[in-house]
Amino acid sequence: MSEKFVKNALGRLVPETVNGKPQIPFKGIGKFKPAGRKYAPPISSCADYPADGDKRGADLKDALIKSGLKDGCVISTHHHFRNGDLIAGQIFDIAHELGVKNLVWVPSASFECHAPLIRYLEDGTIHHIEGSMNGSLGRFTSQGKMKGTGILRSHGGRYQAIQDGEIVIDITVIAAPTADFFGNATGDRGAAACGLLGFALADSQYAHKVIVVTDNLVPFPCIPWQIHGNYVDHVVVTDKVGIPEKIISGTTEITKSPDRLLLAELTTKFCDSAGIIRDGFSFQAGAGGTALSIGIYFAEILKERGFKARFVRGGSNKYLVKMLEEGLTDYILDGQTFDLDGVRSMRENPGHVNTSPFTSYNYHGKGNFASFVDVVILGATEVDVNFNANVVTHSDGVLLHGIGGWQNCLFSKCTILPIPLFRDRMPVIRDQVTTLCGPGELIDVIVTERGIAINPLRTDLIEKTRNSQLPFRTISELRDEAEAICGVPDKPEFTNNPVAVIKWVDGTLIDTVWQIKM
Amino acid sequence: MKNISCSGNKGKTVRSDCFITLEIDSCKGIEFSLESKVGVMYGKKIENLVREILEFYSIKNAKIIIEDSGALDFVIAARTEAAVKLILNEEKEFLPDFNPANSYSTARDINRFSRLYLPGNNPSLMLNAGVHKPHGIILDLEDAVAFDRKYEARFLVRNALCAVNFYGAERMVRINQIPAGIEDLKYVVPHNPNLIIVPKCESAKDIQIVNENIDALKKKHKITSEIWLMPIIESALGVVKSYEIASAAPNIVAMAIGLEDYTADIGTQRTQEGTESLFARCQIVNSCRAAGIQPIDSVFSDVADLAGLEINVKKSKALGFEGMGCIHPRQIKIIHDYYAPADDEIKKAKKIVLAFDDAQAKGLGVISLGSKMIDPPVVKRALNTIVSAVKTGKLNQNWKEAENV
Repeated sequence: MSEKFVKNALGRLVPETVNGKPQIPFKGIGKFKPAGRKYAPPISSCADYPADGDKRGADLKDALIKSGLKDGCVISTHHHFRNGDLIAGQIFDIAHELGVKNLVWVPSASFECHAPLIRYLEDGTIHHIEGSMNGSLGRFTSQGKMKGTGILRSHGGRYQAIQDGEIVIDITVIAAPTADFFGNATGDRGAAACGLLGFALADSQYAHKVIVVTDNLVPFPCIPWQIHGNYVDHVVVTDKVGIPEKIISGTTEITKSPDRLLLAELTTKFCDSAGIIRDGFSFQAGAGGTALSIGIYFAEILKERGFKARFVRGGSNKYLVKMLEEGLTDYILDGQTFDLDGVRSMRENPGHVNTSPFTSYNYHGKGNFASFVDVVILGATEVDVNFNANVVTHSDGVLLHGIGGWQNCLFSKCTILPIPLFRDRMPVIRDQVTTLCGPGELIDVIVTERGIAINPLRTDLIEKTRNSQLPFRTISELRDEAEAICGVPDKPEFTNNPVAVIKWVDGTLIDTVWQIKM
Repeated sequence: MKNISCSGNKGKTVRSDCFITLEIDSCKGIEFSLESKVGVMYGKKIENLVREILEFYSIKNAKIIIEDSGALDFVIAARTEAAVKLILNEEKEFLPDFNPANSYSTARDINRFSRLYLPGNNPSLMLNAGVHKPHGIILDLEDAVAFDRKYEARFLVRNALCAVNFYGAERMVRINQIPAGIEDLKYVVPHNPNLIIVPKCESAKDIQIVNENIDALKKKHKITSEIWLMPIIESALGVVKSYEIASAAPNIVAMAIGLEDYTADIGTQRTQEGTESLFARCQIVNSCRAAGIQPIDSVFSDVADLAGLEINVKKSKALGFEGMGCIHPRQIKIIHDYYAPADDEIKKAKKIVLAFDDAQAKGLGVISLGSKMIDPPVVKRALNTIVSAVKTGKLNQNWKEAENV
């Protein structure tokens, strides 16, 4: 590979081109502002569409062929069905059957149920993946076996890339729990109900050909029309679009682990002492066990003091729904629904609002919601002494997770990462992160069971919490303690071959994932 | 002659431990094999450590397989040494470096509200135990360790005493019932345990034997710091002998009751109400007070029932106990909150003590608070409350100055 590399503004080495396209290295937060216009798909004419509104075709294969499936096409899908998705695999089965090659798959995230697609990566049906590479797909990619270079983007970054024309989608396939013959679709009802379809919004607006696949056809109109049929080319009715038990796999239960509960308690005490929890505040907590517990502790404080949050951002689940229904928050601004309570609430409660990566996360827009949330609770696989953080690889350098909304949430007013000091002998606080996903200047507080480190840039938080008697330490002290307990770890060995790149919220390259030496 | 051994743990739910299979043979050198999720980061270190230990025991030819789930060095060393000693008759010990943070002592009368049991053969629970700030941690070699694992647990507990930082919690070890427990002492005494728990104690003789062995070991290893004892009474006979045991030696600082074994011994079941053990509990409190040591209550085994725990602690304190055993970190806060003197208790006690001081200053024999007369025992109780309040940090040592502003 005659790749050329440059050092970006964070000192990380990134390639100048990826899959033949020139790239812009990360320049600093807010420093890159593109000139130019948003991308737009070709103009359509009603003359080419059924006058009676009935866009149903025979089956998915028929729809794909009519949509012009051929070598090199960019195919996109959404991940609202999480590990219960049945459609993405079918697309590539059909492509393989037709002998199509070098497709680019752009999922909004991938899951372990997509592991069988490895054989299509091996035989060249799929050239590369842009989105995330989790679990088995991640390991496959880290071993350098994908033909092209993978690209990892946040939810907001995916919207930005599609909107800016960085990704031009030839065909998008939107699996819909409920739809009508015109292509209006919703996620809030049906056997495979998943709440909302926000991750497919950009795809519906900007893809050249849009296919909606449903197992629950309703007579026109399908209301609410979370996806507008006016963007849709073909509708396919099939037996089953997803496996309900795996879509709504249930919210993680509140953690029982005493160590994680301690993290939740410390985080809550910190937020309280910093004056963050007040009447009318807003927060977002992820779906992990610790974050869930923090959300519950917040709710308890709100109840005790007669406060109300103005909004909470989700990943919605039964705990957030309970808050809404008990009057502890005015709104849930929801990006992804994790359980049946969330789905029901979205249907029934006007305060439970369907949002998308456009409203919540898109950086190339006129503002987004995530940036004015008062406090966000996030996780990380690693954090370094400059507060930079990693979410996509562990310390062995193997791709593990996607970015999700993580990068987008970093812009909130207070970003807190409650993390254990070490996990199974792997120190979480390091000298340098293995893969840099989020710059330290946006990460405000690290809470570990052995101490809390506030980013020195946040003199306001340091001042506010000075007399709180919380166990404050410097981030270097935490790193030292982690290494004293675990031993200083060796670094993984990499080759010079980049297997994937990490995009920042503005489309610039923030880091590279290298092939692991076998 | 056996030449193959195993030690440690492995499996899907096992964390921070390793499983070692060692086969000592006669040629082919050392064949080392490691399976570990942290292989990339620590594989070399693990291999070096294990080779060092084999070298230490002059083992030149062996096959060793390590199945690791993130074990720290002190655990790997313990498991390896146990595997070696299951085959070879070796005396010398491969000790981890002693963490200087672990050289603290504890005073006779520190608060012992909570003592957190840690199974002696389970490394993962040891690592963060101190973070939850129990007053004491117990590395348990007795009931929490299966019979066929007691041998390897000794090495793990010994290494944990050296290497794990418990952040100021009292370092306790529960040895096995005498006489088996005497062998445990060799692994424990040289590494600064603050207190040794003697289970199923039934006579002063048990205590004497333990102390004789402790003293001999202290002399051998030139240890001058104090090692406290806490006997546990777990049988009918133990209850009868409780005063004799409580006063058997000057280094006994507390005595506990073990209700699971006790109720079995008297032929009944342990109930929430606890009527069946009321006599025993009162007897223990009485014997402890008569001997001037701390009475400690049994564990509350329903970890999920925090409301029940609160009731239990309140009842326990009302009977005169000063602390209890603890089997889960989530129990610690409630135990600390409710054994500590309550806020209104402290308020009343302050008033009484000030009235006492006032009466003394005026040379009055009778102390009064408002229209009430205060008897000497009431004053004594109030003074005890103040001492306890200061010890738990609920009251400033110099509270009197603040009051007299």
